[in-house]
Amino acid sequence: MSDLGGLLSYGVFFLAQAAIFAVVCLGLNLQWGYTGLFNIGVSGFFLVGAYAFAILCGPEYPMRLGGFGLPFPVGLAGSVAAAALVAWVVGIPTLRLRGDYLAIVTIGIAATLQLVALNAQWLTGGSQGTGGIPRPLPEAADTVLGRNLLMLAVVAAVVVAVYAALEAVVRSPWGRVLKAIREDETAASSLGKNAFAFRLQAFAIGSAIMGAGGALHASFIGFVSPQDFQPVLTFQVWTMLVVGGSGNNRGAVLGALLMWAVWTLSGSLAQQLLPADLQVKGGAAQVVLIGLVLMAMLVLRPRGLIGEEAVVSREAEVGPARGAGR
Amino acid sequence: MIAQYAADGIVLGATLALGAIGLTLTYNILRFANFAHGEFLTFGAYFALVFAALFAGGQTLGPLTFGWGFLEAVAAAVVLTGLLALVLDRLLFRALRRSDVTVTLVIASFGASLMLRNVVVFVWGSRPEYYSREIAVRSELLPGVFMSADEVFVIGLTALAMLALALFLSRTRLGRAMRAVSDDPALARVSGIDVQAVIRWTWLIGGGLAAVAGALFGLTVQISPEMGFNMILPMFAAAILGGVGSIQGAVLGGLVIGLAQALSVPLIGAAYKPAVAFALMFLILLFYPRGILGGRT
Repeated sequence: MSDLGGLLSYGVFFLAQAAIFAVVCLGLNLQWGYTGLFNIGVSGFFLVGAYAFAILCGPEYPMRLGGFGLPFPVGLAGSVAAAALVAWVVGIPTLRLRGDYLAIVTIGIAATLQLVALNAQWLTGGSQGTGGIPRPLPEAADTVLGRNLLMLAVVAAVVVAVYAALEAVVRSPWGRVLKAIREDETAASSLGKNAFAFRLQAFAIGSAIMGAGGALHASFIGFVSPQDFQPVLTFQVWTMLVVGGSGNNRGAVLGALLMWAVWTLSGSLAQQLLPADLQVKGGAAQVVLIGLVLMAMLVLRPRGLIGEEAVVSREAEVGPARGAGR
Repeated sequence: MIAQYAADGIVLGATLALGAIGLTLTYNILRFANFAHGEFLTFGAYFALVFAALFAGGQTLGPLTFGWGFLEAVAAAVVLTGLLALVLDRLLFRALRRSDVTVTLVIASFGASLMLRNVVVFVWGSRPEYYSREIAVRSELLPGVFMSADEVFVIGLTALAMLALALFLSRTRLGRAMRAVSDDPALARVSGIDVQAVIRWTWLIGGGLAAVAGALFGLTVQISPEMGFNMILPMFAAAILGGVGSIQGAVLGGLVIGLAQALSVPLIGAAYKPAVAFALMFLILLFYPRGILGGRT
């Protein structure tokens, strides 16, 4: 294959992965950006989506649940439902309490789900992982590039659909209540809004979107194993959202593309520059680098690159802009 | 057999309790869940490893696997880890405290936790380490309970550290100031308490106790970059179980979590041992979010 062809297929592969991150990042944006919920168990909901898809659509293995061979949309819907269910269970005891408790419990559920993935042989295939997970429309393309392009199209369609749905939702009365609760829970409650119910809905929907991301990942890579769902994944998605601008869906997508580019470029740079025995240290340095970006962003530019738009009620007299968002 | 698991649980629980004290102190005085606290344990253990190599040589103390050098190394690790906590506060948390988006502290601490863990991998590598290659011989202390001298030492040192902390908080001016800030920061400030100094000491003490916990865990189990991260969840569970903000609660919670994790092994096997702390925490939050000894949620 020529250099140009190689570059093209690499570009398609990169974009498909970045777009999967964009889906997950949009889910987190609904939770954190619009509702102010700290979910630091993103990797756990991603895991649930990925394994649910593998079980529903993947091939049959002896002594293991699965082999249903269901079509792609059914698998996607199943992943969404599974992730939403886990979020609902996790949310009930925690969303009534101070925000930090949700952070603690979500990091716990992510760690526990990883243990399940590692040990529940009958469900997940254990540490060996599970493979042969199909792509959508497996017969539609016969070259690697064609198959990857098709996958990119499917993932991009999901990004657009999720983006459009979230844009509509956050501008609806429901979305305004979420923001009101985020800004001042007492005031929102005094207007008769049940803060707990709204939080639970936003948390479950956001996690369901993360589950969809997991399903897309499982289908794209064709293989999942417990090592794919480390806390570093949660960290990557958070960095994407903070850099892009939380509370802004365009910011979430932009952050996913940008930070995934930074991640892969720094990764291949470390791979080329460092000798084999220092590769582990290269990976560590990569996380430290991204961490510095996150810290600097949080301290210097907490609104991110794009940031939340200031929304003024149509009823209000529009004067010179005073104070933006938060 | 059960007695043996219980003894193991108490050793683990003692380490968890030491870590949970620092966690509950920072949670109460600085008002956020510091996910980087686990890395203070890790750094404490590695600092002690560096100094233990420097102070090596000399006789081991009786049946213990280490000598005075190790104790000096732990003391040095306590100081360094306390300073590390202070530096992290100065560079990161203080700036975020001043901005109005206080909630980002949790995210920042989660990011700091991952970063610090990778700094450990970068500096010391990812292979597990040990303070001593000597085998800690276990002898039968009670019928059916085998413990090594090191494990008895862990329990003794933990009890000593807790006693010292309790005396410090109840008898000294600074300790009382810390309790005042923890109860009501605004009132403490108008009463002339130097809140900034209290925050500095909170980090120093929390980091120092974490270093002791890390070194003791390294002594009885092993030292690895992931050790603190693996303990953050049990430590949070201990703090929540005991009631956030309560020192006695953190100690009690640590022991309960340690015992529960150890006693779960004969029941459900070792694979799900780390999930036991999480399950307990989940149930506590569901039915009794104030914790056993906690005053408020």
